[in-house]
Amino acid sequence: MYYFKRILAMIPLVLLISLMAFLLVRVAPGGPFDKERAPASPEVERALNAKYRLDQPLWKQYFLYLGDLAHGDLGPSMKYRHHSVSDIIVQGLPTTLALGGLSFMFALGVGIPLGFITAMRKGKWQDYAGSVVSLVGICVPAFVIGPLLVMGFAIHWQWFPVGLWGTPMHLVLPTTALGLFYAARVSRLMREGMLNTLNEGFIMTARSKGVSEKNILLKHAFKPAVLPVVSYMGPMLADLLTGSFVIENLFQIPGIGVFMVNSSLNKDYTMICGLVILYATLLLVLNLLVDFIYSTLDPQVKYE
Amino acid sequence: MHPMSRLFTCLLLAGLMAGAVGCRDAEPRAEIVIINGAEPESLDPAIISGQPDMRVASSLFEGLTRFNAVTGEPEPGLASHWEISEDGRIYTFHLRPDLKWSNGDPINAEDVVWSWFRALKPETASDYVNVLFYIKNAEAFHLGQIKNPDEVGIHALDDHTLKVELTSPTAFFLSLCAFPTYAVVPRDVIEEKGDRWVRGPDLKTNGAYTLDFWRINDRIRIRRNPNYWDNVNTKNEVVDVLPISAANTALNLYLTGEADIVWDKGLVPVHLTDVLRERSDFHTFDYLGSYFVRFNCKDSPFADVRVRKAFAMSIDRQRIVDRITRGGEKPAETFVPLSTANYLPATGLKYDPTEAKRLMADAGYPDGKGFPNISYLFNASTSAGADAKIAVELQAMWRDVLGVEVSLRSMEWKTYLAAMSSTDYDICRSSWIADYNDPNTFLDMFLSNSGNNRTGWKSKRYDDWIAEANSITDLKKRAEVFREAETFLLTDAVPIATIYSYAGFNYYDPEKITGIYDNPIDQHPISAIRKIAD
Amino acid sequence: MTAVTANDSIDEQPQSPGQLAWIRFCQNRLAVISASVLLIAVVAILIGPLLSSYKPDALSDNQFAPPSAAHWLGTDDHGRDLLVRVLHGARISLLVGIVGAGVSLVIGVLWGAVAGFAGGRTDNLMMRAVDVLYSLPSIVFVIVLITALEAVFKNWLDQMGSPALAAISRLLLLFVGLGAVSWLTMARIVRGQVLSLRKKAFIEAERALGISNVRILFRHILPNVTGVVIVYLALTVPSIILYESFLSYLGLGIQPPQASLGSLIAAGASQINPIRIYWWMILFPAAFLGTTLMALNFFGDGLRDALDPKAD
Repeated sequence: MYYFKRILAMIPLVLLISLMAFLLVRVAPGGPFDKERAPASPEVERALNAKYRLDQPLWKQYFLYLGDLAHGDLGPSMKYRHHSVSDIIVQGLPTTLALGGLSFMFALGVGIPLGFITAMRKGKWQDYAGSVVSLVGICVPAFVIGPLLVMGFAIHWQWFPVGLWGTPMHLVLPTTALGLFYAARVSRLMREGMLNTLNEGFIMTARSKGVSEKNILLKHAFKPAVLPVVSYMGPMLADLLTGSFVIENLFQIPGIGVFMVNSSLNKDYTMICGLVILYATLLLVLNLLVDFIYSTLDPQVKYE
Repeated sequence: MHPMSRLFTCLLLAGLMAGAVGCRDAEPRAEIVIINGAEPESLDPAIISGQPDMRVASSLFEGLTRFNAVTGEPEPGLASHWEISEDGRIYTFHLRPDLKWSNGDPINAEDVVWSWFRALKPETASDYVNVLFYIKNAEAFHLGQIKNPDEVGIHALDDHTLKVELTSPTAFFLSLCAFPTYAVVPRDVIEEKGDRWVRGPDLKTNGAYTLDFWRINDRIRIRRNPNYWDNVNTKNEVVDVLPISAANTALNLYLTGEADIVWDKGLVPVHLTDVLRERSDFHTFDYLGSYFVRFNCKDSPFADVRVRKAFAMSIDRQRIVDRITRGGEKPAETFVPLSTANYLPATGLKYDPTEAKRLMADAGYPDGKGFPNISYLFNASTSAGADAKIAVELQAMWRDVLGVEVSLRSMEWKTYLAAMSSTDYDICRSSWIADYNDPNTFLDMFLSNSGNNRTGWKSKRYDDWIAEANSITDLKKRAEVFREAETFLLTDAVPIATIYSYAGFNYYDPEKITGIYDNPIDQHPISAIRKIAD
Repeated sequence: MTAVTANDSIDEQPQSPGQLAWIRFCQNRLAVISASVLLIAVVAILIGPLLSSYKPDALSDNQFAPPSAAHWLGTDDHGRDLLVRVLHGARISLLVGIVGAGVSLVIGVLWGAVAGFAGGRTDNLMMRAVDVLYSLPSIVFVIVLITALEAVFKNWLDQMGSPALAAISRLLLLFVGLGAVSWLTMARIVRGQVLSLRKKAFIEAERALGISNVRILFRHILPNVTGVVIVYLALTVPSIILYESFLSYLGLGIQPPQASLGSLIAAGASQINPIRIYWWMILFPAAFLGTTLMALNFFGDGLRDALDPKAD
């Protein structure tokens, strides 16, 4: 019932966000049709503005846009004049989701064990080594790690292709480059969580009862310790979808991450609004999922 | 089962699923893969203005003439021959006898007329409609001043003959006919599908290729069109065009053999040009483009021509070309590049710091004292771009020679364009690429009523000169008039300061690929490219 | 006579929590090392450029020179000394990071604390607002902010008579913009903490006594969220510095001829290619940033451990 109410509440939220995006993009100077050469004639300028409704008052533009939305039409792209926004999204979204999803798995699959180990061996060399590795992952940007991976594994040793998309081999380097940062973050959070949990009262109780150290770590401490990681999953997935810009650009992956940034720079109003709506919807759905997982892990959390 | 192992099993399964989604049936690599630059905004030849767009569109749709692969000069395309009247105003084109669309439908003169009128209609919103304005009454028709299409100088005399009347003799008209705006497009497809007409594979084309598919941000695949009139000379079967805009990515793909050709001037990493030029697969050539700065001639301090001259003469062009761009660009004292056709070099301002200092003192700012705060506007680009580096150099030059502190103002592309067109700047980075191989494409920018002027400077004398030049049929006399006008522009009026002429470039291995010839307008028809068999 | 025993300590003043924290901190070797590293870095950043004979925007003909006795870190594409550039860049990066984090701190803590403390409908409304803002991709917001406000901001500063400020209008915008996209998570975290604190007995007691909410907020709630806030700050400063680096990669960060470590790294990233690498242009800025951020991180960890009452 709670979840149903949340889903219902999403709709006005998404509408509000669409309004914000709609207004926000029109604030900056410059328009979608500005080019290095001046418009060929005032008639052409007029015709373009009329075609994309830019000559109408703002409130009317928004209402017409809402009307189209109700039919599932996100409008034509203002930069790619013969493609509609939905076309572009449908073509690129599966790829971005695949890349984001794989990086997500990578982040959890590498980050959680790493965090666990560094927490278990706190103060020893495993902790220092693991922490340094994860801090390097946090402090070095993706557009440095990406080219380094390409230089090493794709060009020098030639194990993987330098870019493009299509076979499993094409997946490895982009996933690593994108996932490394989040793996590092997750490992720090996991370590945090483990250290905090190990200080809790119930752990002392378990120890005094004679539960083996191994069982304490794996059975009792793990569930509550992983909660901060679970909280982070929402923002992480969101960042993966937008952060994929750098990786998609570098490896020339046909996803929609590039459009997020490029459409803002190109002032492609319809594209930006469409992407913001998509992003917001995805985020809200994912947050719902995360809350659900959180509630199954932490029995104290109850939603009303 | 322990939560951690449960987690890992889930992750593994999900990973396999995501991987499966991520993979596609591996397609066989196309015969030739070309990295073309940015994604085309459209493939509709009537509306496009970007070079990557035009390269692909002209492989699909052709006009009355086309560009020769070797010289870049216009040669017969859909039209096999033509007559030009004595006064240079009337062209009579004869279409080839059995022209066909890719699906076998015939092409006739009415199709040409329909295509040109379509480009002329305001609703089509053609970015290059102005190239049609050389035709009699075309501009008036476009602006709605004339309603009757019969008054426009385009008439189909019969199925295979087309008569075109121009407003005045236009030396480069045949080049214009090869321009995508003049290409012939399929009427029935457009009328049926409206905005979504440029889709594969059932798209009707009349050029050397048909469109297999266009996946945005992925690739465009084009395939030989057997019904093309010159199909026997098309040297390849299937070509993939990749939209890549990051220079290093393009380089990596080329070096590992994923791409055969890279051609787009924006794709060369500026800091590597000197070492790339040593390679046999890196080709540079003169290119009809000019990199310059505009002055805001309306407001102080650049309203004073002495200040403009001083700034222009403090630019050490050689240093910029040698140290920053390093791609074979030529320092330019003229605005029109020296390799332009029908051109006699004008005289421009030389690099002369002493004279520059004297002029500044003359204008009331000895050693830069009392000079107001000004800024140099340029576009932000990713760090691999030369614009920011050139800006830093110019700032240092103006500081060292004139004692003036110019602050740098970078803005992202659209905002920069908006500021430039509303003359909201003091000095502004500018560039221009020729539309056709003739000085007029550069010089008519600074006419009083040209939207491309953007400096606030105007001169009736200059306008008259350009108008006069364009009415002369004798090419040599015409070049002389242009020369006078340009010399005036560059040494007396100085609304701009020239820096360098572009160098075009492309990567391909001449042992593996042939059929690409260097010409100043960078026209390389895809049909001429051939892979050399091992 | 009674023997003097360890109970002598009864006569001494009990050690304050601050002193205890300091002792704990000093016992943490890694934290102390990190603190010294940070101190050295700060001193280098402040004093280094004064000791060097090169200025950060002095162009020369000696482009792309590898590290040598004359130029310890080499030169860049305009012939400028890289060491001085890195030090100046570090100044700006740290400034952006700290001020940006400060902006996000102030907004986030206040928002979260008020929401958590007020509870009920106010809390609901405030957190819904955070949800909505969260769903807006930050990059879109930042691009719009920078492009829309820059011209306006610059003109305004010019007219106010400070051309020097106008020259750094982009920097100021970055402070605001980066802080504005980073406060959301801080608000959520603080609100969570405040919610659990609110239920604690001593707060109930204070309220029963009639002490004003504002006083409770400032005297009891906020100090208790300090631990969480510090840890989070240790994550925010690096993330802001890296976000600025991303903006520089797009061309929207610090304007040339100024540089930040982020913009130096973004420029250096383009040096990673198979043809020829001017390795010093990417290694040194990245190493400086990495080391500083790592030190900051361990320092933050040490602080948190030292201040954490549970560790006693």
